[in-house]
Amino acid sequence: MKYNKRQKAIILLSDGTIFHGKSVGREGSAFGEVCFNTGTTGYQEIFTDPSYYGQLMVATNAHIGNYGTHADEVESDDIKISGLICKNFSYNYSRASAEGSLEDFFNKNNLLAISDVDTRALVTYIRENGAMNAVISTEVDNVEGLKKQLAEVPEMDGLELASKVSTTEPYFVGDENATYRIAALDLGIKKNILRNFAKRDAYIKVFPYNATFEDMKAFNPDGYFLSNGPGDPEPLENAIALAKEIIDHNLPLFGICLGHQVIGLANGISTYKMHNGHRGINHPVKNLVTGKGEITSQNHGFAINKEETEQHPDFEITHIHLNDHTVAGMRMKSKNCFSVQYHPEASPGPQDASYLFDQFIENIKNK
Amino acid sequence: MPRNKNIKSVLIIGSGPIVIGQACEFDYAGTQALRSLREDGIETILINSNPATIMTDPTMADHVYLLPLTTKSIIQILKEHPQIDAVLPTMGGQTALNLCIQADEKGIWSDFGVKLIGVDINAINITEDREEFRELMLKIGVPMAPQATATSYLEGKEIAQKFGFPLVIRASFTLGGEGASFVHTEDQFDELLTRGLEVSPIHEVMIDKALIGWKEYELELLRDRNDNVVIICTIENMDPMGIHTGDSITVAPAMTLSDTTYQRMRDMAIHMMRSIGDFAGGCNVQFAVSPDENEDIIAIEINPRVSRSSALASKATGYPIAKIAAKLAIGYHLDELSNQITKSTSALFEPTLDYVVVKIPRWNFDKFEGSDRTLGLQMKSVGEVMAIGRSFQEALHKATQSLEIKRNGLGADGKGYKDYDQIIDKLTHASWDRVFVIYDAIQMGIPLSRIHEITKIDMWFLKQYEELHHLEKEISTFTINTIERDLLLEAKQKGYGDRQIAHMLDCLESQVYNKREELKINRVYKLVDTCAAEFKAQTPYYYSTFENEMESPDGTRVSANESVVSDKKKVIVLGSGPNRIGQGIEFDYCCVHGVMAASECGYETIMINCNPETVSTDFDISDKLYFEPVFWEHIYDIIRHEKPEGVIVQLGGQTALKLAEKLDRYGIKIIGTTYEALDLAEDRGSFSKLLQENNIPYPEFDVATTADEALAISDHLGFPILVRPSYVLGGQGMKIVINRDELEEHVVNLLRSMPNNKLLLDHYLDGAIEAEADAICDGENVYIIGIMEHIEPCGVHSGDSNATLPPFNLGEFVLQQIKDHTKKIALALNTVGLINVQFAIKDDVVYIIEANPRASRTVPFIAKAYKEPYVNYATKVMLGEKKVTDFNFNPQLEGFAIKQPVFSFNKFPNVNKQLGPEMKSTGESILFIDSLKDDEFYNLYSRRKMYLSK
Repeated sequence: MKYNKRQKAIILLSDGTIFHGKSVGREGSAFGEVCFNTGTTGYQEIFTDPSYYGQLMVATNAHIGNYGTHADEVESDDIKISGLICKNFSYNYSRASAEGSLEDFFNKNNLLAISDVDTRALVTYIRENGAMNAVISTEVDNVEGLKKQLAEVPEMDGLELASKVSTTEPYFVGDENATYRIAALDLGIKKNILRNFAKRDAYIKVFPYNATFEDMKAFNPDGYFLSNGPGDPEPLENAIALAKEIIDHNLPLFGICLGHQVIGLANGISTYKMHNGHRGINHPVKNLVTGKGEITSQNHGFAINKEETEQHPDFEITHIHLNDHTVAGMRMKSKNCFSVQYHPEASPGPQDASYLFDQFIENIKNK
Repeated sequence: MPRNKNIKSVLIIGSGPIVIGQACEFDYAGTQALRSLREDGIETILINSNPATIMTDPTMADHVYLLPLTTKSIIQILKEHPQIDAVLPTMGGQTALNLCIQADEKGIWSDFGVKLIGVDINAINITEDREEFRELMLKIGVPMAPQATATSYLEGKEIAQKFGFPLVIRASFTLGGEGASFVHTEDQFDELLTRGLEVSPIHEVMIDKALIGWKEYELELLRDRNDNVVIICTIENMDPMGIHTGDSITVAPAMTLSDTTYQRMRDMAIHMMRSIGDFAGGCNVQFAVSPDENEDIIAIEINPRVSRSSALASKATGYPIAKIAAKLAIGYHLDELSNQITKSTSALFEPTLDYVVVKIPRWNFDKFEGSDRTLGLQMKSVGEVMAIGRSFQEALHKATQSLEIKRNGLGADGKGYKDYDQIIDKLTHASWDRVFVIYDAIQMGIPLSRIHEITKIDMWFLKQYEELHHLEKEISTFTINTIERDLLLEAKQKGYGDRQIAHMLDCLESQVYNKREELKINRVYKLVDTCAAEFKAQTPYYYSTFENEMESPDGTRVSANESVVSDKKKVIVLGSGPNRIGQGIEFDYCCVHGVMAASECGYETIMINCNPETVSTDFDISDKLYFEPVFWEHIYDIIRHEKPEGVIVQLGGQTALKLAEKLDRYGIKIIGTTYEALDLAEDRGSFSKLLQENNIPYPEFDVATTADEALAISDHLGFPILVRPSYVLGGQGMKIVINRDELEEHVVNLLRSMPNNKLLLDHYLDGAIEAEADAICDGENVYIIGIMEHIEPCGVHSGDSNATLPPFNLGEFVLQQIKDHTKKIALALNTVGLINVQFAIKDDVVYIIEANPRASRTVPFIAKAYKEPYVNYATKVMLGEKKVTDFNFNPQLEGFAIKQPVFSFNKFPNVNKQLGPEMKSTGESILFIDSLKDDEFYNLYSRRKMYLSK
């Protein structure tokens, strides 16, 4: 081992601003919407979370890759982010149970990463100017060319991405003889959601994003679940129609993140793109029913309209985000339906909200 | 639920004098708590016997009681203030908790209708009684190391038989690991078991199976009345299990924990805190994690109070734990409070960091000759430094630069060890220098696997060291002319000082500095904001780093700097760095008052310090806080960035004073007394000339640079002779010798450890009385703020002497000489600010021992005893805003105030406890007596010669 001299690399934002850094190893360019995650642990879970599909991830933690990678700590079968931007990249890792380095994991998945970027300045810039498209590249001398390519990348607003990450074929998770049967619509589902259901004595059939109510009903489920996922919820017409039908039949329904937004849209509550979103594992939420706080894992760039939710006669806001008072959770008064904007399955992040899975099972029991 | 309106008046218990294991972190905690409660309109009453603290300032609480921490004092206070309805004992360390329990056992709290807030008695008892704690953990399913209690020698032996070695013995109800030891073999066991039983106030020890080499973590928790719990910080000990956490190098956030393991740990910590009792406040939990594939987590201990680690966590994250804990104690819920840094988001959240914090303890083994310098279960450090960087490497470098042990960082200073056996030995027996030895070992080519095998330090940290080594080697292949911008920038990003780079490139520090200027490699300042820049922060709390540039569409390239310079007139106050013997909390007191006074005069105040235990490093004390090493390169860059009117050096002890010469050389204005005067007072030759000119007597002396010279000098001085090096702290290396052999031996020793030092040889005035005076001078007028007389005879270091204010048996004639001399010296030195003069009195003649034109250790004491803000006055004089004659001095003291030194000898069982010219005490307390007939004074007076060594 000796001193590792690395190539220059840049991140070019769609407004023309450039941040200089170094290439982690691979050469090339990667495009996406730039967003930041403030978690200090759980990088592998984040990189494999389908909700991050198509995004260039800025990791704010000072070091990334310290404990390598582990086969059990993935939220889907491969890396979903389109590129990583970090401050210090750990080529060396330390963990007895690790399978390999993060560098190997990236190489296996053809992921481009750049480091030594002033990530703090970048985050501040996004905070002030909003999330935007960007490219990371080792082609530091081809800025004009990159600008042209970047101009062709579609905006996240109005972008349907669930179809890109959803399963194409239905599959099953858990014990066939379990007490409860759950039909889950995969808009980009995280594995730990499925693990949480299975742990609570449920057998889950996961359906592709374009499944119909009839498809799901044929499984004879006790409850329905709408998953998290990437992109704008508005173009998800099928999922919205599906949600409507489940709600009309007053069947037990639970939605997380994108699924939560879909439930809102199914009831005529609009969604909007947030300035720079919520992405991290330290987000404070207050449960308005119990009055208790919880620290939650969050990952969303869209949110549902609070005023409309408040005014909707059949909706009750059950959780609010304590920092900006956006809607973090809601339930329907006359239907067996509730949803949260955040991630009770954690992974990464605190498990303060895992009671929501118990609540869904209770809702199924009481249907 | 908003705050409990029934709580209107709260008693806070302080932690008393500073001892090893309980230092000024509790001044920070108590000060924050007092301010926090007062914000809510609550009347505050404080008890603390430590006069050097900021919390005991009359302005900090409604009623301050500088009384001994005893139940008798508690009763006295409660009688005088029947309105007190609650006591908050969690801000004063274990001392306060213990006093709280004592008072509870005596029924004092219930007698006076005082409610306990911030903790409950059960929680204290459970967490201190290891057997009960273990049972509870078993019940709630939290694993612990195999462990058993012994209340007798025989019981202990049986347990050892059962568990096998290695074992840990811990004494119950003790502080900072006192009486705790590792037992590797049976023959050590008997002695250590006996000692453990002896030091435990209840004659009880816990014997644990030792988890040597397990990874060690600490979590800082806050919990409110509504049972909401948040984790403020996760700290990883780089030194694994086996070294007391107070003596470990620690890192935040945790560097080598996966999310799965961390979340298990988080859940366990929350579960533990909820299980020990029903209370709202702060808590510290320690865990060990097996370094194998299982990643087993074992709970070590839980402390239901603010701790040293929570002070560190507060500074590391920006989340003021003590301040919020105090609010929670009076009923607030976390979601009702705002994040104190952003002001716009909730206090119910978990801070996240986009930088790395490294803490390194500061030891003072040189003060405890004969002590066992190996680190272990018992804490031995006297202070600590913290550093913030954008990588572990940068933070580690900055922390080593903050230590003030004449190292410039890791490696590249020619001071590394080069002997294989010595390196292996130093890796094996960790001591103050292991942080450097790891680097030496890598440089020597010792495989990382071997270093890991010996130290058990996680490979990730060792790899970080190795990267530094590779970088150093790479840089060394260049010269100042050939080195490229990228490489130089990388070296700076990894924390290398210009001096280190100069060493690698074989050039001058100034050349590296100029090269940086030329290549535009400039320090930038980043904010500590609790949220990794997710939200805009309001709080001016900065650290430095180096960053790659950002480039605007128009091609302008800048390194992003967050510290915006205002156009106000500003002044920098240099802090006193890590606590050590001879330079402790009293200088932090002075710095904080200096900052406040400058602010009153309309200055923007800028604080630079690196000690996380202090009040001065709280982000709401100065207008701007730079949490940076008090190390030339860092200071100079801040000065260049801020362009202050000047720098105040006379409040931060030797640390700040030592920088005066360089500041002067670089043309930076020193506020108050000039560098020439400071230097003149240090230089014995010129100073005695000054005394001669003013007809002031001083003991005969001379200066020697070799043993031969010293022996020749002794012929005309005559024995006994006091030998001391120049420019040292707390009488370091000072000794009284009585014959030629002793003189030669001591001089040879001194010159070996401090080459080129000018040694001062004084004729020692045997049997003299010692006194000292502190004064404020504006260059024209002098006001003596206090004269103190030592109870012990001359020869005991002033910091180790009991002393009275005012003097107890000096006659008018002597006092007049003291006053006259002090005034003359202050004026002759052109003092602007504070001055301290020390005297020896023999046969009614007052001799000058030394004069220090700066804030001394006794200034806070005098200010407390007389209830006057002397540092505030002195600062205004320094700034030229006021003259001495502008103040209406009105000291108020009935009877006498006695300053009593406090020692931490119990941490060093084999050390000679005799006192001499070298200071050994770690703290002090104040005792007010009405008259000299007081028993306490009589006791001190009758014992005055007992501990004197030659």
